[in-house]
Amino acid sequence: MNERDLLDRVTRVPGVRGVLLVDAADGLVVAEQLMDGVDGRAAAALAGSLVGRLTRTAQQAGHGRPSFVHLRAEAGSVLAAPGPDDLVLVAVIAPDANVGLARLEMIDAAGRLG
Amino acid sequence: MRALEPWVVDPLQAFLAESSARLALLMTSSGQVVAQHGFSRSLDVMTAAALGAGIVASTEELARLMGSARFEAVVHHGIGQSCMLAAFPTPRGRWIGLVVFGPETSVGIVQLFFNQMVQQLVAAAPREQAPPPMLAENFESELDASLKALFGR
Repeated sequence: MNERDLLDRVTRVPGVRGVLLVDAADGLVVAEQLMDGVDGRAAAALAGSLVGRLTRTAQQAGHGRPSFVHLRAEAGSVLAAPGPDDLVLVAVIAPDANVGLARLEMIDAAGRLG
Repeated sequence: MRALEPWVVDPLQAFLAESSARLALLMTSSGQVVAQHGFSRSLDVMTAAALGAGIVASTEELARLMGSARFEAVVHHGIGQSCMLAAFPTPRGRWIGLVVFGPETSVGIVQLFFNQMVQQLVAAAPREQAPPPMLAENFESELDASLKALFGR
């Protein structure tokens, strides 16, 4: 399964507005499937930074790497699933999205990266 | 942080706060320094400005030879720290930004907030034309005054 197929699986979940594969160390987009109005470069840079800081926080607390990040905001959520080699799968979802299904698909997809 | 023109201060300060960059230098395309943050010696900033302007000129000529548009930015990745050079248009002419950053931030974050700073600089720039650069009779005293403004001594 290639990167496009992995992004396709997450994008098909109802309410998902966009999915990106991000290099967290550089904060750059590796691959993306986004609806209009979602700034992929900004999402990649900020989500990469967020996951990097949360990873350091979790490791300092002795909990290891985070397996999933859910950032809930007023008008939707940002989900992130860290994979191997500093890759992070990031999804931008609407407030009425099926978060549970998106989470399952993202964790499965992140496990197939690399 | 030191700037020769006061309207540059707010956009540059916001960029530094958001990007966690270690050093920043704004200059004209001919290498004249407009503002700087993090440099402690005037010789360093003048050398960095001259080298940065030269690198941008070289890469733009390289792009022209390759038949492509201007490069958006040049990033040198290092282990301890990295460097980004980017040229951008302003109402005061074409300027260059030189940013040095470490592993506490990322090139994506630096580019994101650099682009925001460019938008703020373009919006804040006074519309009246700045006097054209020339070697005036009092060039040396003006250079001394500029260096004092940039380094506070």
